[in-house]
Amino acid sequence: MSAATVPALELDDLGVAYTVRGIDRPVLRGVTLSIGEGESYGLVGESGCGKSTAAFALMRYLPRNGKITGGTIRIAGQELMGLSEDGVRKLRATQVSMVYQNPGAALNPSLRIGEQVAEVSRLLGASATSAGERAEEMLRRVQISDPARVMRRYPHQLSGGMQQRVVIGMALAKDPTLLILDEPTTGLDATVEAEVLDLIATLRTEFGTSVLFISHNLAVIAKMCERVGILYAGRLVEEGPTRTLFDDPRHPYTVGLLRCIPKGGLRKDQHRLDTIPGFLPQLGVELPGCVFTDRCGLAREICHEHEPELHPLGGGHASRCHFHEEAQTLPRTTPPHVAAPQRESNGVPVVRAEHMAKTFRQEGHDVRALDDLSIEIRPGETLGLVGESGSGKTTFARLLLGLTEPDQGSVVELEGHPLAPRIAKRSADDVRALQIVFQNPDAALNRRFSVRRIINRALTKLVGTKGSARDTRLRELAHSVRFDVRLLGARPAQLSGGLKQRVAIARAFAGDPRVVVCDEPTSALDVSVQAAILNLLADLQRDKGVTYLFISHDLGVVRYLSDRIAVLYLGRLMEVGAAETVFNAPHHPYTEALLSAVPTVEGEERPRIRLEGEIPSAADPPSGCVFHTRCPRYLGAICEEQEPPLAEVERGHFMRCHIPVDELRRLQAEAPPPRARQPESKTTS
Amino acid sequence: MAIAQFLLRRLGLAIITLFLLSVIIFVAAQLLPGDVGRAILGPFADQRAVDQLNEELGTDRSIFVQYGDWIGGVVTGDLGESYAFRRPVEELLWPALRASAKLALLAFVIVVPIGIVGGVAAALKEGRFRDRFISIGGLSATAIPEFVWAVLMIMIFGLWLDILPVTAQAPRGAGFFTQVEYLLLPALCLVFVLFGYIARMARAGTIEALDADYTRTAVLKGLPRRTVIRRHVLRNSLLPTIAVVATQVGYLFGGLVAIEFIFNYNGIGQLIYRAALQQDFPLLLSATLVIGVVYLVATLVADLLYSLLNPRIRLASSES
Repeated sequence: MSAATVPALELDDLGVAYTVRGIDRPVLRGVTLSIGEGESYGLVGESGCGKSTAAFALMRYLPRNGKITGGTIRIAGQELMGLSEDGVRKLRATQVSMVYQNPGAALNPSLRIGEQVAEVSRLLGASATSAGERAEEMLRRVQISDPARVMRRYPHQLSGGMQQRVVIGMALAKDPTLLILDEPTTGLDATVEAEVLDLIATLRTEFGTSVLFISHNLAVIAKMCERVGILYAGRLVEEGPTRTLFDDPRHPYTVGLLRCIPKGGLRKDQHRLDTIPGFLPQLGVELPGCVFTDRCGLAREICHEHEPELHPLGGGHASRCHFHEEAQTLPRTTPPHVAAPQRESNGVPVVRAEHMAKTFRQEGHDVRALDDLSIEIRPGETLGLVGESGSGKTTFARLLLGLTEPDQGSVVELEGHPLAPRIAKRSADDVRALQIVFQNPDAALNRRFSVRRIINRALTKLVGTKGSARDTRLRELAHSVRFDVRLLGARPAQLSGGLKQRVAIARAFAGDPRVVVCDEPTSALDVSVQAAILNLLADLQRDKGVTYLFISHDLGVVRYLSDRIAVLYLGRLMEVGAAETVFNAPHHPYTEALLSAVPTVEGEERPRIRLEGEIPSAADPPSGCVFHTRCPRYLGAICEEQEPPLAEVERGHFMRCHIPVDELRRLQAEAPPPRARQPESKTTS
Repeated sequence: MAIAQFLLRRLGLAIITLFLLSVIIFVAAQLLPGDVGRAILGPFADQRAVDQLNEELGTDRSIFVQYGDWIGGVVTGDLGESYAFRRPVEELLWPALRASAKLALLAFVIVVPIGIVGGVAAALKEGRFRDRFISIGGLSATAIPEFVWAVLMIMIFGLWLDILPVTAQAPRGAGFFTQVEYLLLPALCLVFVLFGYIARMARAGTIEALDADYTRTAVLKGLPRRTVIRRHVLRNSLLPTIAVVATQVGYLFGGLVAIEFIFNYNGIGQLIYRAALQQDFPLLLSATLVIGVVYLVATLVADLLYSLLNPRIRLASSES
């Protein structure tokens, strides 16, 4: 058998176009790549550059207006072009599988999990009983602890992480040659993401499956893939072994992308992030030269006229740039240095919350979404709020803004005076002082209003300015968020994600707020846009002395922007302190686990601490320390019996843990704990 | 427990609705010109005889007393006596209701499968000729009132082709098939009116399900198209359709008046029509109330069906 020499996937000069208004607009332009047997290949690029189109082209599942305009696709040596409908179906049933974002939507809501997984084997001719057995076995292999029970459940009864395990199990049940993963962990919590990635890595070796991993997250790619291809405007602009490519990028686009990421230790007060200017070319425009010219700081005449070849650089590394040797000298679009911020510290915290609690009534149960949270936020600082979903981050923000009423006995003060619990009861000054920027600007901005009207409304409602004064203010605001005033007449739908978020920020800043809650403001954006927004937030803070409460699941982003960080778990404050203190040992075991879950572009192999099981229900929190059920450094009975106090372990650094800080320091300097206590039974090969 | 609570609440609401309904009908009926005695005895009857009849029937009393009298009876299960027929309302009501139910059932049995199949067939070819044909055709059919359909049907099948009877009332003691034959034309008129509506729902639900990620998952599993549609698409798309269909039962009963009149069928619609003409309050009120009950029950059944068929609602609180 010479199967080993047949690549799992070969694309040769693949072109795909969408027909829009009768004209073919190319989305993929002559993509050539190959994935060897058992290899894991990462496809990276910003949204709109054709990653998912490539995946769907491989599955022969393009939308009705999409078509393959040229080239060949071969899977396990089999040519896909010209395959009959039945042939395509067989191919999907046996050779290729795909897992995509949002597992909740990928599973049929009205079929039991068991039926959905078993369907795959049934299709290959297994009897009902043996298909059922195989499904159960498959669920066990994706490390679901009680497969028989999960088989009988419906998708909505499972958590996001579990759902994605099921989808992965379903994809691998046919033992495919090629597994396509399209942003499989986007939208999942960092801890869950880490578990899913671990699982994929394990199963890949177990099954010997080749993987095409599509992601906008360079760190995830760095962790998961042996080789990477960088896609821009439908062109593969650089390709190579992961480490080589990330350490020695040879295309200006790759260089730019890598500079956008807030990498370990970068901080807003020392270093501005670089961005990539301009936008992705419009779908279907003629690009006679290099596809990246318009945004490239190194572009010269030849780049506009001649499309560069894919220059081999040795060792499988290749770059489609005329000046690949100079790529890393790409000039920065923003100067790296930051003027030192002036921090006023007159002692009065801008926000002081004491014994803040929120209990929701849910089907007869009391759910403590937030439990006795006391915290101060200082003027001009950024307090980062981290924790898994369900930890109470958003509840805290909502209480602060007065969108949800806290329990009796909660105290919230703004600059020394108490705030009414509900926004309707707050004075105009208080409302103006506390504003929010949401994750999804699409949902936050009224799509029927022009940008001018959206910001003007905020100016009128919050500040009461009218007429020409308002006009001047509008221009100032637009200028301060670097929003082109010529676009003020546009509606949100006509703007890119980054521009929309700028509008949302301008709206929040209309009334010169004291505190702005940023709830995942960059999670829906591409890295280059994210970098620009983070820079903007940092600039605004420096200029206006505004305070941020910054909520994000991306710890790199939180670390970059935050002065202090608060870690929440099940509605309790587990740790709070200066950002660098919290990020470096000694820290709370929960923080330690969160940090270890995050992959980095540097690819440094941090020992992973696995958090076992799901986050417990807030309706029935564990006794003692709420984290004891998942704690990798569980001490003993004391953790189950007594809730540790939030104690100051170093100056300004508070922690809720029974382990003495010096002991923690010693433990965390050593190797990570062996696998935490295992409530689940696992099968590993 | 949740179901019992839900049912209790719905029952309470139903009672309030029916009460309001009875008040509205009663008031409306009082606004009709003329008086009961005159309506029964005719324009040439002696005024004294009319007065005497009114006194006998109790229709000379104030409307509040009349209403109290009637509602008191209804609560104790006595629907009163029809003024015009001089017989207990129940004796008139139940046979009419049974007759109408036959007609409605026949229409229903025809329209539901056709509507659903039509809607799904249109959705599978969204934007193509078949879709246009079904969608536009269905909409046009719905837009034409049932009595216009009735006239058309009678002209085509009854007079021109002469293959179906033009009245709906089958001879006494007719067998099942004869009854169906007599009921076919009026039922078809109802089918035309309802088809577009049901097909639209089925089409919209199916298009949504076809677009869903889970359908993509099913296709990419390599399932044959038939299986994808049957197992994955229809199961989700027909859920809202079924609920809508159940609600239509109520509409069907309400829409019978014109049809029964034209086809001269002794159903509840015809009964209401006659009762209104003769200001036969006990009969009119009771008959309308019965239709109200049918409507409410249909809606309730629709809601229950929807939550029973939808695991997301059925199992909402059984999280482990």
